[in-house]
Amino acid sequence: MPPITTPVTDAEPDQHPAPEQGQPQTRQQGHKPAENSLAAPSQEQLADYKVVAATHPWRWVGTVIVAAIAAGILYSLLTNPRWEWGVVAQWFTAESILRGLGQTLKLTLISGALGFALGFILALMRLSSSPLFSSVSWTFSWIFRSTPLLVQLLLWYNLGYLYETIRLGVPFTSITFAEFQTTSLISQFAAAVLGLTLNQAAYSAEIIRGGILSVDQGQIEAATALGIPRWRRSTRIVLPQAMRAILPTAFNEIIGLVKGTSIVYVLAYSELFYTVQVIYNRTQQVLPMLLVATIWYIVITSVLSIAQYYIERHYSRGALRTLPPTPLQKLRRFLATHAVTKTAATSPKGQL
Amino acid sequence: MSLATIEKTTRGAVAVRSVDKSYGTQQVLHEVNLDVAEGEVLVVIGPSGSGKSTLLRTINHLEKVDRGTISLDGELIGYKARNGKLHERREAEILAQRTEVGMVFQNFNLFGHLTALQNIIEAPIHARKIPKAKAVARAKELLARVGLADKADAYPRQLSGGQQQRVAIARALALDPKVVLFDEPTSALDPELVTEVLEVIRDLAKSGTTLIIVTHEIGFARDVADRIIFMDGGRVVEQGTPTQVLGNPQHERTKSFLSKVIEPAFNI
Ligand SMILES: Nc1ncnc2c1ncn2[C@@H]1O[C@H](COP(=O)(O)OP(=O)(O)OP(=O)(O)O)[C@@H](O)[C@H]1O
Ligand SMILES: [Mg+2]
Repeated sequence: MPPITTPVTDAEPDQHPAPEQGQPQTRQQGHKPAENSLAAPSQEQLADYKVVAATHPWRWVGTVIVAAIAAGILYSLLTNPRWEWGVVAQWFTAESILRGLGQTLKLTLISGALGFALGFILALMRLSSSPLFSSVSWTFSWIFRSTPLLVQLLLWYNLGYLYETIRLGVPFTSITFAEFQTTSLISQFAAAVLGLTLNQAAYSAEIIRGGILSVDQGQIEAATALGIPRWRRSTRIVLPQAMRAILPTAFNEIIGLVKGTSIVYVLAYSELFYTVQVIYNRTQQVLPMLLVATIWYIVITSVLSIAQYYIERHYSRGALRTLPPTPLQKLRRFLATHAVTKTAATSPKGQL
Repeated sequence: MSLATIEKTTRGAVAVRSVDKSYGTQQVLHEVNLDVAEGEVLVVIGPSGSGKSTLLRTINHLEKVDRGTISLDGELIGYKARNGKLHERREAEILAQRTEVGMVFQNFNLFGHLTALQNIIEAPIHARKIPKAKAVARAKELLARVGLADKADAYPRQLSGGQQQRVAIARALALDPKVVLFDEPTSALDPELVTEVLEVIRDLAKSGTTLIIVTHEIGFARDVADRIIFMDGGRVVEQGTPTQVLGNPQHERTKSFLSKVIEPAFNI
């Protein structure tokens, strides 16, 4: 409302000083009788006012645009016959695909777990005061981060070509404890696990080291002063607190690893991606088969992302004064407050 | 409940002999000699950078000394004398020695991801190998003593500064240390929280545990100390009873330091 025409009541000027300041010269020009709504309300009156939530009109515009784009993409995905959804559906849960999926999960799990465990040891070595440990760790990361994973895998697999036998014994003497044929020792699976694990260890060592460095030095000092043994200090005091910094990047790595396992197709190891390739080379249904693999990767990543949320939440205990509600709790609260608005007044607590 | 129930009340004699300590080229401790008797409450005062924290840290072997020795009840901290040489102790022995010396830090240094109770039982269980049930019972007792019986399951960030420091004191006491070292236990606290922490220390002082307290709370020092030492530039400049050191300081540096700490209004 334009302030010029704002009528001000002359009757009670003392009780409504607010409008007076803005337009003192218009006071005498007010012809209309005073309107209650224009008078400055008292605190008691305000307490009875209904709250109108702030509106976000641009948010709605944005939502509509995003929804339109999403609908367009979905429509094209569903209606373009070249995606051959029938073929996708037919192969999605085919036994060979599931077997490949199992192998992918196995590779991820084993090399992820071993890689991060070794990475933790490497990080501790790197941070230790021993120059031997820290240089061994540094060299390890240097070598494995400098060579392409593909090369590492092929090298491990072809170790039998480089060294026909592997001998356990004292170097430069003939003392031998055990001797193996390299080719029998390094299967495709072993080469894949070895390559992925060592590579993963080199990267995760740096991630974990970064996390450890982010923990306040005072924590280590307090634990030391209490006489807590070194290993316990690292695993119980430092690592859990480092987790908050480690987890987001670590999950990046693990999700990368899930898809990264597809690189072992060079060893003709029948994980998901290799299996898909074998099938489309036979059936020529390249795109739908790639779609099968993609959807499985999306499923795995989604599960991992959900796990990440809860694991991060777990490790934020003590770091936040109060934990934020989980999406499930939020949903329940939303339903509880919105579905039963009629009865809401009688139940004091909205959450279930 | 009072802290006087701690058993073995007379133990924890600390002897510091000719200790030198440098960081790089900067000498932080010069020829420090100090005897703390069993059950004595020693307060260390001195300007910033005078080496007070460093002295405490050497007593706990968090820092190695360059020269000289420190012993606790006649046992050398960090070294063993054999055939006229000082042999460095093994890690396990050093850890065992540290459990005899409790330490309370300026910034509390509570383990943020553990509850108050978990903070307290960690060292008894893993450094002293005390059974968990026993450690928990003892921890609850200690929490009650520092007035925080209801905060066992709270995380440090859910506690006020004063409460955190009281948990930290309980944590240090959980190992039944012979000596407790306090490094400015109240300097990170708001004035109204200082009292509650000082009360706990005062109570502890009556129990007969040897205490070495670095503090800037001169009034508290006067109350609680059996003896006060004044440090400056890495040396013990002056020592004596609170009345002697605070009431009638002999050295110029002590006088000027005290005039700044006690009556800052007069030194504009
Ligand atoms: N780790 C370190 N490396 C190098 N110099 C250090 C180190 N720790 C302490 N110093 C130096 O040693 C001197 C003594 O430090 P110290 O912490 O013992 O002083 P303080 O008396 O406790 O002081 P404040 O009252 O400020 O805590 C200071 O000059 C400090 O800069
Ligand atoms: Mg200090």
